[in-house]
Amino acid sequence: MATITTTTMEKKPIKVSALCELCHSRKAVMKRPKNLQKLCKECFYHVFETEIHNTITSAKLFSPGDSVAIGASGGKDSTVLASILKTLNERYNYGLNLVLLSIDEGIKGYRDDSLATVKRNQKQYQMPLEIVSYKDLYDWTMDEIVSCAGIRSSCTYCGVLRRQALDRGAAKLGINHVVTGHNADDMAETVLMNILRGDVARLEKSCSIMTESVGSPVKRSKPFKYTYQKEIVLYAHYKKLDYFSTECSYAPEAFRGTARELLKSLEAIRPSCIMDIIYSGEHLSLAPKKKKTTVSYKNKKKLNAETEINSDGSVSLPKKQEFKDGNICEKCGYLSSNKICKACILLAGLEMNRPKVSIDNNTAIDGAAKLSKTLEQLSF
Amino acid sequence: MTIKVKVEFLGGLDVISNSIREHKCVVPYEEGEATMKELIDHITKTIISDPKDIPVFIEDGTVRPGILVLINDTDWELEGMEEYVIESGDVFTFTSTLHGG
Ligand SMILES: [Zn+2]
Ligand SMILES: [Zn+2]
Repeated sequence: MATITTTTMEKKPIKVSALCELCHSRKAVMKRPKNLQKLCKECFYHVFETEIHNTITSAKLFSPGDSVAIGASGGKDSTVLASILKTLNERYNYGLNLVLLSIDEGIKGYRDDSLATVKRNQKQYQMPLEIVSYKDLYDWTMDEIVSCAGIRSSCTYCGVLRRQALDRGAAKLGINHVVTGHNADDMAETVLMNILRGDVARLEKSCSIMTESVGSPVKRSKPFKYTYQKEIVLYAHYKKLDYFSTECSYAPEAFRGTARELLKSLEAIRPSCIMDIIYSGEHLSLAPKKKKTTVSYKNKKKLNAETEINSDGSVSLPKKQEFKDGNICEKCGYLSSNKICKACILLAGLEMNRPKVSIDNNTAIDGAAKLSKTLEQLSF
Repeated sequence: MTIKVKVEFLGGLDVISNSIREHKCVVPYEEGEATMKELIDHITKTIISDPKDIPVFIEDGTVRPGILVLINDTDWELEGMEEYVIESGDVFTFTSTLHGG
């Protein structure tokens, strides 16, 4: 126990053991999960911002003059991302033109409030804001999709549609770079899920700070790749940033939720495990596949069975598919590794089911015809 | 005598406290006799509206991992966590880090 005390402006004298480990003059207010270092507010801001700046520069995410769209949901991660990028852009003269890009999934209550937050952020950070909606892009709101396909697969639908919506929103703005607020915890969670599902082929892709597809005009990057959720929440709290924190009304995927809880429990015992899992994900690489020549019949059959149409009209997405870039979806023109993109396959399945909710018009026949046509075009 | 403190449920955690974010708590202990343990117990009995929601806040007898705890704006890990002796005028902030990225 340290007995020496220092007198500062604070009401009570501070024990030396309670001082910031960087400046040794102010009271520490937080403990970094990454290295257990105790820091005062000012030193935390400095370390937090500098680390993200270093991530950005060492990964060469931006070049001067770039226009960058920030995928903004109104939640803590993207709100902190917008604030930080504005700060760093000014401090280090990145020369970036920053724009907020939001997706309106069409979820009553939930999305209305979060979009209101983004609109306040637009004023606070003085950035242009573009909102693209599922309804405009796909003619379906998430509420309509859930009432048609059920709540169970809502996250799958939403994930596929959001990815495309962000790309299209960026394209509309003439921007070829979207940054998202995915943080180290999200990254570790995804690595963990891919390992638990045996989906090792996705590990490398899920760990990269920037994903760029050949032929795709829009690249994605994650400046918070090495940033802990805890520090993002603390930064937002201390800086009093205006963010929205209500859970989406549709239950998160059960498997992801469980993986997240497991990760949080592990982190409580060993905070570095989040970094360690990302490290593992980055360094586990698959041995090149041996070419099989004798079982071509079997392979062909397996490939054909990859996309299964379920009895209720929904579509099971291929579990394992090779990432092949540069193809264009025949239906919508979006970049796709197959002839028809995932979003179009999902939407075709939904169209089949639409008559259940709107019996009066002719979409039953229309939808069925559309789907069988789509199926004819599907070849892998 | 009682201990009067302020408790905040932030980051979406207010779903388990009738959407109320700020709570004035009167903890029925003498000054210096109650720790975070007693406060957490008091919170589960008085602030959480539905007993079904207690596991959202508590796991294995302490605050659930993923909920950030601040005592007077300082990380509770620097204040002795459950052993911290609460005082009148303290502000306790519980923020969910799990809700909506
Ligand atoms: Zn300091
Ligand atoms: Zn398509």
